Amino acid sequence: MNMLSLRNIGIGLGLLFLATLPLWMQHPYYINTSSQILYWAIIALGLNVLVGYAGLTSLGHAGLFAITGYTVALLVDAGFGHLTAAIAAIALTLAATAVFAVLALRATGIGFLMITLALGQIVWGIAYRWVDLTNGDNGVNLKVRPMPFGIDLSSPSAFYWATFIAFVVALVAMQLFVRSPFGATVRGTRDQPRRMNALGFNVWLIQFLAFLFSGFWCAIGGLLYIYYNQFVAPPVAGLQSSAEVLLMVISGGTGTLLGPIAGAAIVIIIKNVVSAWIERWNLVLGLIFVIIISFMPDGLVPGIRRLWRTMRGTDAAEAAAARASAKLASGQTDAKEKGGVQ
Amino acid sequence: MSSLHLTLAVNSVAMGGLLFLLSSGFSLIFGLMRIPNLMHGSFFMLGAYIGFSMIGKGMWFWAAAIGGGIAMALLGGLIERLLLRRLAGQTLPQVLLTLGFSFMIADICLMIWTGDPFQPPTPAHLRGAWIVGDMVFPIYRLVMVLVAVVIAALLWLLVDKTRIGAMIRAGVDDPEIARAVGIKVSQLFTLIFCLGAGLAGFAGVIGAPFLSIYPGLDAEMLPLALIIVILGGSGSLLGAFVGSFIIGFLFNFGQAMFPNLAYVILFLPMVLILVLRPQGLFGKLGS
Amino acid sequence: MTVKRRTILKGLGATAGATALGMPAIAQGAPFKIGLMTVKTGPLAQGGIQMEQGLLTFLKEKNNTLTGRKIELVVADTGGNPAGAKTKAQELIERDKVNVILGPLAAFELLAITDYVRQNKTPLIAVAAAEDVTQRSANPFIIRPTATSGQCSHVMGEYATKELKKTRAATISEDFAFGYEQMSAFQRVFEDNGGKVVKKLWPPLVTPDYTPFIAQIPKNADCVFNGFAGSNPVKFMRSYADLGLKDRIPLLAGWTAMDDALLRSLGDEAIGVLSAAFYSAASEFESNKRLVAGLAKDYNVLSGGYAAGMYIGGQCVEAALAIAGDKSNDGTAFAEALHKVSLKDSPRGAFSVDSKGNAIGSVFIRRCERQGKDLVNKVIKTYDNVSQFWTYKEEDFLKNPVYSRDYPPAKNLE
Repeated sequence: MNMLSLRNIGIGLGLLFLATLPLWMQHPYYINTSSQILYWAIIALGLNVLVGYAGLTSLGHAGLFAITGYTVALLVDAGFGHLTAAIAAIALTLAATAVFAVLALRATGIGFLMITLALGQIVWGIAYRWVDLTNGDNGVNLKVRPMPFGIDLSSPSAFYWATFIAFVVALVAMQLFVRSPFGATVRGTRDQPRRMNALGFNVWLIQFLAFLFSGFWCAIGGLLYIYYNQFVAPPVAGLQSSAEVLLMVISGGTGTLLGPIAGAAIVIIIKNVVSAWIERWNLVLGLIFVIIISFMPDGLVPGIRRLWRTMRGTDAAEAAAARASAKLASGQTDAKEKGGVQ
Repeated sequence: MSSLHLTLAVNSVAMGGLLFLLSSGFSLIFGLMRIPNLMHGSFFMLGAYIGFSMIGKGMWFWAAAIGGGIAMALLGGLIERLLLRRLAGQTLPQVLLTLGFSFMIADICLMIWTGDPFQPPTPAHLRGAWIVGDMVFPIYRLVMVLVAVVIAALLWLLVDKTRIGAMIRAGVDDPEIARAVGIKVSQLFTLIFCLGAGLAGFAGVIGAPFLSIYPGLDAEMLPLALIIVILGGSGSLLGAFVGSFIIGFLFNFGQAMFPNLAYVILFLPMVLILVLRPQGLFGKLGS
Repeated sequence: MTVKRRTILKGLGATAGATALGMPAIAQGAPFKIGLMTVKTGPLAQGGIQMEQGLLTFLKEKNNTLTGRKIELVVADTGGNPAGAKTKAQELIERDKVNVILGPLAAFELLAITDYVRQNKTPLIAVAAAEDVTQRSANPFIIRPTATSGQCSHVMGEYATKELKKTRAATISEDFAFGYEQMSAFQRVFEDNGGKVVKKLWPPLVTPDYTPFIAQIPKNADCVFNGFAGSNPVKFMRSYADLGLKDRIPLLAGWTAMDDALLRSLGDEAIGVLSAAFYSAASEFESNKRLVAGLAKDYNVLSGGYAAGMYIGGQCVEAALAIAGDKSNDGTAFAEALHKVSLKDSPRGAFSVDSKGNAIGSVFIRRCERQGKDLVNKVIKTYDNVSQFWTYKEEDFLKNPVYSRDYPPAKNLE
């Protein structure tokens, strides 16, 4: 109970910190970086539904938020209003998600990862080569950001707050999802697929819905992406992009609420901030991932939590139990993966 | 068949040969160890760079190719022994670790060899082309296919006719039983990983006069290796062989005939295979 | 004033009369910040690294001080894609508050940030060739002291028809803005002079093997014009020779496709290739000799168009600092000054900037030859005072849409 309230206080302080950020962070560049972290965090949270809770590792999510971005940019360019474009983009992304899900859910484990990778590459291939539709490598510009309720989002802080609101909504939705019976069944399909099946749950349908839920948040993140950058081009849909989001989720810690957020912060800060000082930032990024994985294979957030417990001298038994359960969880995914491609 | 189609067909075969060198090792690693080795493209590129530097020091082309292969085998072995080993069976961390290394290798290559593109000269005795009427057959590309076929035969002998091969097959079919009957899976894994990485490095050098070496080569080759293995079936050499040529053809004809959908054509068969026959054309996995 | 006298004297030559306006009385304490947007990763990295080397060579020569002001350089790697360019432009403008941006490298990168730099009133000196930035949607904050995509291609179209008497051309270039603009400009002059472009091929920027495209070149074409960039020309020319086309159909090239910096990566397959470029490493201009020597000494590389472009960019900054004087920190004033730049000596020779911000200068036709062990691009003809509009009237030129994949329409395809 004590831990829990401590955690709640922490989350409250964190949100307060984020909500007031533009007030004390005068520098527009850092406000913009924070906006980027938040919308990437939304996407990472979306992906985490699949990776963390459903135990399905997707390497094709970039294809989904790229579809959102392209749809918005192309429709606005063709003269449609922002609202129409946004709704159409979300709808199209969900449709694409459904196709992804139907195809990819034929497999689990590595098989799932490969199918999603291939699907993502198809989206990338269309963005890259179907030049008449997507303008190929030149990308598509979005002339102006939308003005929801007449609010001008062109300044860094205005855009930051809009992103922050979306972020909070996403966070609440995730929390509700995790606590809901649906969330429990999703975790059930991850840990005990056969038993779930035997109990009369439609495992496929549960995973399908989880995929849609995940796709929806990718669409929201994708909307913010295109509004922020006002530009979309093929690399957004590429493997590197999918890999980066997955790295956010894994490095932060799968199946936790804070993990993907921490992961998004790490990746974006290294990409944008560290790269200004250290030329070889890819090296740093790669090194950090190798280190995290070598020393905290279950990700940063669970790793630090464990470290924290050990340091506070909480009885060793608890730490050991946590470690054991972590091992068990990965062992189970492992077992499932072996059954995967069959 | 017009001369365009014939040129494309010849080139498809040449590319298929090179792709086999790249993907056979990937297939073994993937099939036996269940490791999605996302640094396979990096082995290809780094091997090519190292081979290029050896050629620059005056080394014979084929010796440099083997040198590039050995260097990658050593690197692969080190990474497997020291790091991947500890993550056995955990797909997610493996993905992250291999991706992390691919970032690092790419950056290190850029640091050492700069951004300049390199294209080692085609070995002198293999330059030129056979010209038949209107048709041109570049000799080096034909040799590449020959090398691929020889390697394929050697690999087949290794897997089908030797004790190690028997262990590999047992490992692919059922790792648990293999372990239970006393096969030293651990050493076998290291061996396979070295072999796969070495083949990728060798392929990089062999492919260099044809593809040239430049930053980003790794990211181009990795997805191709992935599709081939999915198409052919992981752990199956025959699958990698057939898959390589299928992709060689799809790549060449797709680019020329349907440029807009070239990549859809490249990846769609993989999706179809995964959906219709998830173990791949020649995959042994499956009940 | 701690500036060494020698530095000022050296600068005099480059800034010509501009320095005579007097030393601006700006405090030494506030450095002038240059943001360099370049590419250090990906297929375009080769040119991007040259950009940085060219600029550093210039700044070193000037002891990091231009017209008495200390220069602070911030380098950003865009990764060679438009999204990265956007992020890095934000970084340079919002965080580092640079006074002027040099770069970016690629046309599609420049197109992605042109509105953004205008909104933020940040002057920019481009190497990227995107035509419209100095044409239909001319951006008052941007000058381009190198060349538009079409500027050299127009010349090649003229040379191919008038001097080489070619009539049937195939074109091949990357499937992005720079490729479209180069190829279309060539096509326009080539066809206006009576030739026919019979095939246009567009391989993607990242193409592992060019054979599927080269195989489509008609056997009865009498020249092939290629506009590849980055590391792609090396791959392309090798395949072109491997497939036996080198001896059958002569190869013509844009400036990036035969950039001097690539010569060390090329072999026999490049000999005889003709190219049109705004710069030649072999030219005898004083500043070019310094640039070539500096790059050879510090980096052991040959100087190419990208290095020259940024060296020239540095010279433009110096000249504009002299013109704008105390107002240099004001983006608008500095951009106006940039538009007044006219240099007598630069690595590309003398040039001036037209009202839209693009350079008017020489374009060289070069033939690749072997001299001893090395390849060189030997200048065989020089076209002086070439403008971005070629010989067309500016008003008429601007009435047409910008060069693109489909404009001007290719009516003679077979």
